[in-house]
Amino acid sequence: MLQKDVKLDNTSKTWVLEKHIDFLQSFGKERHQYESSMMEFLRMSGMYWGLTALYLINDGKIPKEDEIFEYIKSCEHSCGGYSPAPGHDPHLLYTLSAVQIACLLNRELELPIEKIVLYVSKLQQDDGSFTGDKWGEIDTRYSFCALACLSLLGKLNEINLVKAVEFIKSCQNFDGGFGSRPGAESHGGLIYCCVGSLSIAGRLDLVDADTLGWWLAERQLPSGGLNGRPEKLPDVCYSWWVFSTLNILGRDHWIDKEGLKTFILASQDNEGGGFSDRPGDEPDPFHTLFGLAALSLMSHDKILPIDPTYCMPKAVINRLGLKPQTLSRP
Amino acid sequence: MESLIKHYNSLKQIIFGIFKRTVGQFILYKVSGAVFNMVDQNQEHKSDSPDLYDSADNFNYVLYRDRPEWKDVQPIAQDDGPARVVQIAYSTKFSDVYDYFRAVLKSGEKSLRALSLVTDAITLNPANYTVWIYRLEIVKHLKVDLNNELEYISNVIREFTKNYQVWQYRKTIVEMLNDPSGELEFTADILDMDSKNYHAWQYRQWVLTTFSELMQYELNFVDNLISQDMRNNSAWNQRYFVINNSDPDSDVINKELEYTFGKIRILSKNESAWNYLRGLLLYSENGVLEDKVRDFCSNLYNKGNRSVHLMSCLIDLTDADESTDPENVEKIKFALKLCFDLASDYDPIRRYYWAYISKDIELKFNFKEHDTKILLLHTMSSSALEKIPDVGIDDKGRYKYILIKVTDQNDSSNQSKYVVRGGQRFDFHGN
Repeated sequence: MLQKDVKLDNTSKTWVLEKHIDFLQSFGKERHQYESSMMEFLRMSGMYWGLTALYLINDGKIPKEDEIFEYIKSCEHSCGGYSPAPGHDPHLLYTLSAVQIACLLNRELELPIEKIVLYVSKLQQDDGSFTGDKWGEIDTRYSFCALACLSLLGKLNEINLVKAVEFIKSCQNFDGGFGSRPGAESHGGLIYCCVGSLSIAGRLDLVDADTLGWWLAERQLPSGGLNGRPEKLPDVCYSWWVFSTLNILGRDHWIDKEGLKTFILASQDNEGGGFSDRPGDEPDPFHTLFGLAALSLMSHDKILPIDPTYCMPKAVINRLGLKPQTLSRP
Repeated sequence: MESLIKHYNSLKQIIFGIFKRTVGQFILYKVSGAVFNMVDQNQEHKSDSPDLYDSADNFNYVLYRDRPEWKDVQPIAQDDGPARVVQIAYSTKFSDVYDYFRAVLKSGEKSLRALSLVTDAITLNPANYTVWIYRLEIVKHLKVDLNNELEYISNVIREFTKNYQVWQYRKTIVEMLNDPSGELEFTADILDMDSKNYHAWQYRQWVLTTFSELMQYELNFVDNLISQDMRNNSAWNQRYFVINNSDPDSDVINKELEYTFGKIRILSKNESAWNYLRGLLLYSENGVLEDKVRDFCSNLYNKGNRSVHLMSCLIDLTDADESTDPENVEKIKFALKLCFDLASDYDPIRRYYWAYISKDIELKFNFKEHDTKILLLHTMSSSALEKIPDVGIDDKGRYKYILIKVTDQNDSSNQSKYVVRGGQRFDFHGN
């Protein structure tokens, strides 16, 4: 059986910056009709993807700031959580997205911080893990959401951080990676969540950086793209999850960056702007953010610098006085 | 109660009827999985039609607003809020169902017709967890037969195998039933469609740890999957999960070692099997397992095998061996040669990794003099260096070009690159 990968035939490396700006500003118009109605349940995150991406390539400018902030307020619940759209239930995922957007707008102090802290800390379980909502699903993604959310608000001390770190450690696998729960398979997205959490907690000493770095470097395929698990196809979003983790661990030079750039640029929609999961597919804001964010980590033309831990503009993380831990090159 | 169940069963026919009609043409949008997307190429049900629900197949579908039995309910439209940053465009059917769902949610109605409405809402968007929570409340309130509910969720999962909510719902129903008897078979079915489905594996692990008497059959199951596809990383991970949970003695570990050797002999470029082998080494005491693995690897290597993982494993074994035995010098030389071969021939895209490992071995064993040093000169891997344009030349004027070697003082790797500059600042000279 041959290794799974994609072929980059006649793919363009042209950088269509202006088109990406147009794409992000017009997302949700007619041509994306169906996708949009499917996005309601994660709309708050959709806004975070779109706005962060726009910030990175539009000189930090975000249009309609007041309207956006009002939208966040309309998704606020008395418990302190945020829903993806008005009238939905609050969830930790969208609470993080709401806080991230407020930080982008430099208006996080206008949020009901004490309530948010209470909401997030109540989701922590005895073993240190977090559920995403009262529905009760446990996943290391939610550990990251909780730690990122509280640290952005300067309230990391309001949860049991020692326990939270212990749970993440318990999800570490024999291959150096991390999964969603103890015993679950190592997965690029979840590794980002776990390493990101440890970066926020200042506990990267718990990571076996060489073993994990090697596993992550192995995610690069001959096309230059990265996959999330062995024997899976490459996907632009793993250009972020895998590459940013390597960056946090000081080992991003272990892969071939030129190859990765080529793969990401080949996944652009040269006509309408935006990025898709892999060359030739339909673009969306999710892959657009993660494609741009990975290019930002590689200092690509005219993209503002991004923070590898938070996936937010470096300028915003600096303004908040945050210094997520990273490892220097060995 | 009996009549209620009867009613429900007939309703079920109607519900499933609708479900089957719509689902066949349903798109599950790529980001519907989650913020931390675990989408998969096999997942998407794509269609070119922008509004499926107006298509001819559904001509006899009646909107809720036109159904006489819903006349007493005032639908509640979606409040999009003031911002239009990410606009939502709804199809008629989608808006109709969700307008009535919002009304039912608000009034708290828990009836059979509400259950039917919720079923439609789930069919349109199974990722909406509000709908699932409300479904569970209705099911509990109406005391619906949980076996029917299990059958229902089985059908939904078969259509939407990678959705978080559907698996969470199944877990809740199985907990309430306290009966896992069909669970291994069901997850096996789903894994038969995609043997790497993360949700299915995660759920299966929950079943096995919650109902631990089922664990005894698991190794057989994993064995079959690995036989079908030796590169199935999920299956190897599950194998580790089973062994690790069984508190294995050295016999078990030795058996696993032999099993893995067997698979590697068939397919040596298999990352998953090699990773599993490393996992087994964590059980080693006094280097016993390492010796076996080293023999196995040397044997393969001597037969001409140059799998990256084989070479990597040999290097790791040398690196782990602290012995100062003179024979070790040969081993160190060999490991350094392997690093060199990997960086130059077998795995050049990860050459910086191999350069690092090589240097690490040099330092660890204080072994500086050898002829397989990996030299990576004038490269641009440093991010600070990357920011400096290669060429910077003014448009106008007469001037000289100069070649500059740039190094980053903050970067301990001493990397450098050459750049060209030309401009009025640089005086022209004759030759």
